[in-house]
Amino acid sequence: MASNTSFEKYKSDGSLQGNLLEWFDARFPATSMWRAHLSEYYAPKNFNFWYFFGSLAMLVLVIQIVTGIFLVMHYKPDASINPNGIPVAFASVEYIMRDVPWGWLIRYMHSTGASAFFIVVYLHMFRGMLYGSYRQPRELIWIFGTLIFLCLMAEAFMGYLLPWGQMSFWGAQVIVNLFSAIPLIGEPLSVWIRGDFVVGDATLNRFFSFHVIAVPLVLLGLVAAHILALHEVGSNNPDGVEIKKRKDANGIPLDGIPFHPYYTVKDIVGVVVFLMVFSIIVFFAPEGGGYFLEYNNFLPADPLKTPPHIAPVWYFTPYYSLLRAMVWPLFGIDAKFWGVVAMGAGVVILAFLPWLDRSPVKSIRYRGPIYKTLLALFVISFFLLGFLGTKPPSYSFFGVIPGAPVAQILSAYYFLFFLTMPWWSRIDKYQPEPDRVTM
Amino acid sequence: MKKLLMALLFAPIVALASGVGLHLDKAPDVQGDKAALQSGARTFVNYCLNCHGASFVRYSRLADLGLSEQQIKDNLMFTAAKIGEPMRIAARPDEQKLWFGATPPDLTLIARARASEEGSGADWLYTYLRSFYVDEKRPTGWNNVIFANVGMPHVLWQMQGLQVLNKEHKLELLVPGTLSPAEYDKQVADLVGFLVWMGEPEAGFRKHLGFAVLAFLVLLFGLSYALKKAYWKDVR
Repeated sequence: MASNTSFEKYKSDGSLQGNLLEWFDARFPATSMWRAHLSEYYAPKNFNFWYFFGSLAMLVLVIQIVTGIFLVMHYKPDASINPNGIPVAFASVEYIMRDVPWGWLIRYMHSTGASAFFIVVYLHMFRGMLYGSYRQPRELIWIFGTLIFLCLMAEAFMGYLLPWGQMSFWGAQVIVNLFSAIPLIGEPLSVWIRGDFVVGDATLNRFFSFHVIAVPLVLLGLVAAHILALHEVGSNNPDGVEIKKRKDANGIPLDGIPFHPYYTVKDIVGVVVFLMVFSIIVFFAPEGGGYFLEYNNFLPADPLKTPPHIAPVWYFTPYYSLLRAMVWPLFGIDAKFWGVVAMGAGVVILAFLPWLDRSPVKSIRYRGPIYKTLLALFVISFFLLGFLGTKPPSYSFFGVIPGAPVAQILSAYYFLFFLTMPWWSRIDKYQPEPDRVTM
Repeated sequence: MKKLLMALLFAPIVALASGVGLHLDKAPDVQGDKAALQSGARTFVNYCLNCHGASFVRYSRLADLGLSEQQIKDNLMFTAAKIGEPMRIAARPDEQKLWFGATPPDLTLIARARASEEGSGADWLYTYLRSFYVDEKRPTGWNNVIFANVGMPHVLWQMQGLQVLNKEHKLELLVPGTLSPAEYDKQVADLVGFLVWMGEPEAGFRKHLGFAVLAFLVLLFGLSYALKKAYWKDVR
């Protein structure tokens, strides 16, 4: 969108509604925005299954915000103990579950929504890798996306402390303690983050504040930037060819169709299918087999009772595995510190993907066997890292293959996949891209 | 390619679905049986609700089990509590800690908290309450097969009788109780059923509502798909 008013202003047909819209449009870029982002935003006509997850991520964001607003009406971020011996925050969640009309539904939607957010975002990111959506000229969209992913992790991590269960407390304790491994400033830094020497009421209140105000604000801003950048350059597609290269006499891409109504009606179908899956979890398996709501979190936080096994929620476990894979102290600094570095690098390295990939084509459809094989291995190793992250380090496959060294090998592969990409993406075999998209 | 990718995506999940651990007996599901849940409630208020509270459950909620307010007051309330009050106990948590060494946990959510890879929370509780044995080395005189050196004594011993661990480390009933083993198992199953109900009283309604929501979404899918087809018929 070159300017707010790049489209003609609305002219009234003399009716009351028409006059009203003309008045409004003269003072606000309503028609212009509608046309630039919906009715005259031309998207490639060949979007497939993988292209549902962007709009679904937006839907889940809205679900989280709306359910969150209602949860805050009854939730109390208070770590003090009530007369029944239960922390007030924990009790307020159960109050929502039992005494607030429909509170259980709102809460389950929010807790399931957290996991759903990561599922759709992981699939959305994978789509980018399949079709090279991060490649020039969409690097900035991808960078905004990486920042959204980082924000989402912060949001989920701080939100998870709020129910003040055993896993909330000890998960936060473990992760905040990691910062204490940073040389010199580590110890005071971790105290500064917690606001106390242990995770306590101060921590709970600041995490609450971040979870409901600070991070969502940043998240919304980044989502707006992500979409504005997308609409500036136009969407990629499963063939990875630029539809703007071939336009008709009116300057409309030959392979483009207006986002509205074509993709709005298509995305509605995606939304309904998503809501079916979402509802099956919310209504029939809200605990998600202990992965969406960890069983231990039904016990109130007890600073004196460390659970035998502390596992983060599933969506963090691939990165938790990267963290645990670092067991050697380097340059006289604790291994824990290098674990934190590995975990952070695991996320940050994604942002460099546009410059690591040197292939002449974008889409996996025209890429060679090297990329297909390495990407398949990457997906498998990501799943395995995630699985191992839910297990204690002593875990072994079928009781014979120790999990810890496997996680280390897979972690090495995670980074090698990216770091060696400039080399193997160049020497791979490619098929020529078509001129036009294929349906 | 697409199929291969999907297969690769899910292969690790299938390959890794294995696990070893302690053996739990399967608890019978009594959630649809109001009489069983009422019997469980009776056992609960008589045997558990002295040391353990259920501070998130109001007495009035027991009406969900098919009881009238009067029936609740007459049969399940032994304190001066009002019907709208939660199932609290007289002892304070800090006093209990002093007396027992640890505060007996609130039992409202115990069935949800005890779930693990080994089995549901109900399975754990059902096994636990049937696995106490006499152990003179313990201060209470009791120990438990799946919860070693447990702090709680076997409060249901009069019903079950005295169990001991034999040479093969198997439980053996030494002195029969007031109930036969089958009757005792049923009693425990009812109690566990009540604990499960307490963990989420809305669970039954939640599932019923789920079917209605899904039926609506199936309808909506038909409509939205037809809409999409209609709009897209010229796109090729």
